[in-house]
Amino acid sequence: MGQNSNSRRSFLKSTLIAISTATLSSEVPTTLANSAAGRASRFLTDPETAFLQAAVERLIPADEHWAGAAEAGVVNYIDLQMAGAWGHGEMMYRHGPFRKGTPSQGYQLEYTPAELFRRSISAINEHFSAQGKSFELLPAEEEDAYLTSLEKGGIDLAGVPSNVFFDFLLKHTVEGFFSDPLYGGNKNKVGWRMVGFPGAYADYYDLIDKHGVEFHREPIGIGDDAIPHSMSSMRRGE
Amino acid sequence: MPQKLNEVDVVVIGVGFAGSILAKELAASGLKVVGIERGSDRHTVPNFQAPAIHDELKYSVRKGMMQDVTREAMTFRNHSREVALPIRQWEAFLPGTGLGGCGVHWNGQTWRYQIADFIYKTHIEQRYGKKILDPDLRIQDWGVTYQELEPYYDRFEYLLGACGKAGNLNGKIEPGGNPLEAPRAREYPNPPAKEQYAGALFRKAALEMGYHPFLQPSANMTRPYTNPEGLTLNPCVYCGFCERYGCEHYAKASPQTVILPVLMKNPNFELRMESQVLRINLDSTGKKATGVNYMDAQGREFEQPASLVLLTAFGLNDVRMLLLSGIGKPYDPVTEQGVVGRNYAYQTQSYVPTFLSEDIHLNSYMAAGASGTVIDDFSVDNFDHSSLGFVGGCYILCGSTNARPIEFHPTPPGTPRWGSKWKEAVRRHYNHTAVFNLSGTSTATRWNYLDLDPTYRDAWGLPLLRITFDFPDNDLRMSRYVTHKASEIAQRMGAKIIVDQPRTGPFTTTTYQSTHNTGGALMGSDPATSAVNRYCQSWDVPNVFVVGACNYPQNSSYNPTGTLGALIYWTADALKTRYLKRPGPLA
Repeated sequence: MGQNSNSRRSFLKSTLIAISTATLSSEVPTTLANSAAGRASRFLTDPETAFLQAAVERLIPADEHWAGAAEAGVVNYIDLQMAGAWGHGEMMYRHGPFRKGTPSQGYQLEYTPAELFRRSISAINEHFSAQGKSFELLPAEEEDAYLTSLEKGGIDLAGVPSNVFFDFLLKHTVEGFFSDPLYGGNKNKVGWRMVGFPGAYADYYDLIDKHGVEFHREPIGIGDDAIPHSMSSMRRGE
Repeated sequence: MPQKLNEVDVVVIGVGFAGSILAKELAASGLKVVGIERGSDRHTVPNFQAPAIHDELKYSVRKGMMQDVTREAMTFRNHSREVALPIRQWEAFLPGTGLGGCGVHWNGQTWRYQIADFIYKTHIEQRYGKKILDPDLRIQDWGVTYQELEPYYDRFEYLLGACGKAGNLNGKIEPGGNPLEAPRAREYPNPPAKEQYAGALFRKAALEMGYHPFLQPSANMTRPYTNPEGLTLNPCVYCGFCERYGCEHYAKASPQTVILPVLMKNPNFELRMESQVLRINLDSTGKKATGVNYMDAQGREFEQPASLVLLTAFGLNDVRMLLLSGIGKPYDPVTEQGVVGRNYAYQTQSYVPTFLSEDIHLNSYMAAGASGTVIDDFSVDNFDHSSLGFVGGCYILCGSTNARPIEFHPTPPGTPRWGSKWKEAVRRHYNHTAVFNLSGTSTATRWNYLDLDPTYRDAWGLPLLRITFDFPDNDLRMSRYVTHKASEIAQRMGAKIIVDQPRTGPFTTTTYQSTHNTGGALMGSDPATSAVNRYCQSWDVPNVFVVGACNYPQNSSYNPTGTLGALIYWTADALKTRYLKRPGPLA
């Protein structure tokens, strides 16, 4: 885990440049554009993937010890979520009339999460391409400044208030960094390792009252299927 | 045309704790009982098994066990001058669905209310005079006393296998328990949970300050336990996946573990799943229920005639069903006439994140749903309010129910919401932050109420429930006072950084606070201010009984399930010993 932060960042940047070039020339096979996500896309387009790879890495950047959101597969997580029931609004009440509510009333836009991402990212990419730029090629400080302007609100992203989009992006980035690797993010369980969360296999009957014990167990995900249900053997091996 | 089925003795709407216990009691008395449950069948095996059940994204974030919001939402507004809009995703509170109801995904925090709670109006006015109450507050007595309910609390706690240490046995203060609890007739069936590290640090600080810490009462087993129904539960392993999850170990008391296997064996009982009750039918007088109409998953509508209807579908759904069925007069906040929907209340939660030094490894993911350490010194009316200018209070709990990282990654104030500094703060504080949880009274007001939404409908074309609610200023003042007391304890614990985070208004649907939604079908002794009498029997339609937290005239500091259990057995007893012998009004 102890990779140098500069080399990690330059690796990511070069990957992103490759994506952007591929997108612009529109001749390179999509598999190359998707290489940063590590697999073929189910929902996201190449320009969306390129934006998200850069944006999530600013939200949770790599550091000298721990991978950032891009390397953790957060964009892959978002892609799978947007392609599924959640992205398609099948876990929300979606009957109208739709109208603007108070902050206490929560999300009231008529867009599904997938529509919200698509509209917002298209608007962002158009904003930059009109200036002959693209978000993912900006220096980090400029990327941060632009994300901050989205977070503050007041920018209309094709009908989506920018702060609503930003909060959605941040929510899904955190989900992708910390959810079970089964969902395509949290690659190598980096989110869990970083904080010390032991994961899905959980039985602490004889540890909970050993106050202050330092517990470092290899985190175990739902899909690992490595160990029988009983945890006792694992504790002995600890 | 609905297909008319053969009449049965009893229809139970909603098969959670209330529905399954009442059905079991009545079926055992020889009555033919049909339980109608809108959700799916589910059991410890195969539905709640690890590792699949330990899925934070599915169950905590996407609300995998909750009421299907795509089909049945609720609408919300803070004030009646606003237009209510649908709660499009559950966040602030989480109504359950499916066999076992909320009894599957609760944490198991098993409290009794105080003597004063049940006579709240009388008690407050006697102790402080009426002037302590802000003009819009509307508190009421319950029509039933703690002393009357004590045997029924006891029965429910033995059904669950509640774990704790008595602090007050028949008036005698017991070491190790909560000295401020109302007297109980006998000890808990099981000893309290193992104490977490954060709880132990809290206990020490609280004791030094003269408070009375104890381990919170729990329905997460601390040893193998066979309940009076003959069902056996296993010890909890402190997995940290309790609330919002089913328990894979048969360790959390739920309808599935403590009552359903017995009920399902009784040939007098029939369960119909994935069936949506549309209304309770009334005869031409409007004073007698004739049964219910429901629709099954294939879209077939049935009429199920019954001589007795039990409404046990979670408090908010109970109120909606009364309104949809025209049982009881709807409450109007302008005239204050009507009873159904009156005194909707909640739980006034606040938190004190307590950031400790990096060498204190709390391991907060090692947790039961109810393994916290608590003081009761500032609950309800356990302290003198004479000079405070508010009523009510909170218990102060330290401990965790989990440390699942999508939702638990505390950072100190001033930390950015994202970026390198955020990431470093998450890493630094994750295992070194204790969170105090304050659970507070919710005082009913004239303006907080429930009715039917004029615009938005469910998948069956029926109006959604409309919630109009904001925190009364009394409760915000209360929260400021008690949260500050909690911060003083955090200080004593040696915290590096403390966040004194009292509840502030307005109430928002966007962050989880509590699923302790109370009121709307109050119990009481006056039909002008209550929907049901002291036996949870509708004043207007005496062969309808409504049992849920909707019966509470206002909410206490404590989690409501223990008191609901007492009301369930209290009602079961009234039905069996009185109503069945002579059907008609019991009060």
